[in-house]
Amino acid sequence: MADLEDLYREIILDHYRSPRNRGELPCPPAHRAEGFNPLCGDEVIIYLETKDGKLTDLKTGGQGCSISQSSASLMSEAIKGKSVDEIKKIATAFKAMLGIESGNIEGIREESSQNGEGPEASEAVKLGDMEALKGVMKFPVRIKCAVLGWNTLLTELEELQNS
Amino acid sequence: MPLDVKKIKADFPIFCQEINGKPLTYLDSGATSQKPRQVIEAMNSFYETINANVHRGAHYLGERTTKAFEDAREKVKKFINANSPKEIIFTKNATEGLNLLAHSLGSTLKDGDAILLTHMEHHANIVPWQLLAERKNIELRWVSLDEEGKLNMEELEKLADGVKIIAVSAMSNVLGTINPVKEIAKLARNQDSLVVLDACQFVPHSPTDVKELDCDFLVFSGHKMCGPTGIGVLYGKQELLEKLPPFMGGGEMIINVTTEGFITNELPWKFEPGTPPIAEAIGLGAAIDYLDDIGMENIREHEISLTAYALRLLTEKHGDQIKIYGPSEPAERGGLISFKYGDIHAHDVSQVLDEHAISVRAGHHCAKPLMQELGIGATVRASTYIYNDETEIDQLSIALEEVRDFFKLNK
Ligand SMILES: Cc1ncc(COP(=O)(O)O)c(C=O)c1O
Repeated sequence: MADLEDLYREIILDHYRSPRNRGELPCPPAHRAEGFNPLCGDEVIIYLETKDGKLTDLKTGGQGCSISQSSASLMSEAIKGKSVDEIKKIATAFKAMLGIESGNIEGIREESSQNGEGPEASEAVKLGDMEALKGVMKFPVRIKCAVLGWNTLLTELEELQNS
Repeated sequence: MPLDVKKIKADFPIFCQEINGKPLTYLDSGATSQKPRQVIEAMNSFYETINANVHRGAHYLGERTTKAFEDAREKVKKFINANSPKEIIFTKNATEGLNLLAHSLGSTLKDGDAILLTHMEHHANIVPWQLLAERKNIELRWVSLDEEGKLNMEELEKLADGVKIIAVSAMSNVLGTINPVKEIAKLARNQDSLVVLDACQFVPHSPTDVKELDCDFLVFSGHKMCGPTGIGVLYGKQELLEKLPPFMGGGEMIINVTTEGFITNELPWKFEPGTPPIAEAIGLGAAIDYLDDIGMENIREHEISLTAYALRLLTEKHGDQIKIYGPSEPAERGGLISFKYGDIHAHDVSQVLDEHAISVRAGHHCAKPLMQELGIGATVRASTYIYNDETEIDQLSIALEEVRDFFKLNK
């Protein structure tokens, strides 16, 4: 069960049971985005407000497994008040921690890389509590759960920038 | 006659292995079944000895292959008691069969016509009709379920009034509910509606007689009944299939083609464009032989008794934590049990079970409208087949105790 202990760190279960920044924001002025994991039905909803390139407020909702929901909760703590550029850097570092480089299909990896360490997160970005999700590395199908919140957020930020 | 599960299991090479030092407890046959050596060998032997294309080469191999392919069709015909091999269309899977119907049968509908579906359908029996409703002005009506996950028959009767098609699953892949198909067909007969049965979860587990069921069309997939992936069956009454326009065009489905147009081939080839899944059809034929040897009646009895055991054991040992969906009476359901465990998400439950080499499915099971009606995002589904026995249900129960302890639920 050592791998399971690794996957379900106390901090993850805590965020799952008491998610931070849970709720809704009135839209507008906030923007709302939904992300789904079609494989298992996990769902993350993000409300966010930006001003001058900064994320001034956000709330999250949705339902799903402990990994998808705790990851969204951890994410919400990590990015509040940050600039869009900073957020993108954290996202890249988070994905790198899980062994995802841009361009490959998430959740499908070679056997050999499953047990190895992920590429080290870029030095400059501190992932803090989010490092608790590193155990997900060993469970490739769960990687999609861990990045659901992040992907939903990134798509939303992209749309906001383009509009 | 009770199944000799030990003997059956020995036919399945996949069970020779251990996973992380533990024997494999495969409880995900609702998604796809394992394959016996007899099926694997039939397919290998095809490739090693007679491989050629069908209905083309006038040479030895071509003739042998064509015969083997058409023999497989004959086996399917007998297996579901159809009138003629013309009524057996080979498809890629059940999903393709339903898309074919939504397209070809759908093209015979007029604006304003209605189709009746139910809240327990698999996406495969929803989205093709929704695509049709996007092309044409077709009304989709939905039958809801009662507390045990059975169709509200009174509502069904009302909503069925005047519909052109009733498309319903013979057995739910989430709830396990076996639907009163004959009753539905009778209703349809009284008012000229056609009945389409999604029998994906039914055919592998029960004797199937299309005449007795009195359905107009029926689809299923080979891979859930010991056969390979890549092969499915669409059954349709001959006089109805004759009248339908083809779905996809290409070789094999034509008699003649000129620059001006084409003449469609006869049944069943009219609906089988291009090179068909030949080895897969032969594999399905071998799977049918295998299941027939065991006996479909025996398989059904085995599943009722295994389901009864599972319902009893899980309620007894996990009554405080577990919520089981579907009918409480084992004879009203097939060999699968969907449940929710405490407040632990299905994904997290299945992760712990996987540590015990127990394979279950966690998720929405491609039935999101149903999940919405049940008010949940996901369930755990343990589904059994001919190679499962009570000791594996015991394993499931023991592993669930560990789930409870690991996530610190109260006893
Ligand atoms: C009730 C039901 N219908 C349709 C399907 C679709 O089958 P396939 O994916 O083989 O086309 C399934 C398979 O999960 C099913 O359980």
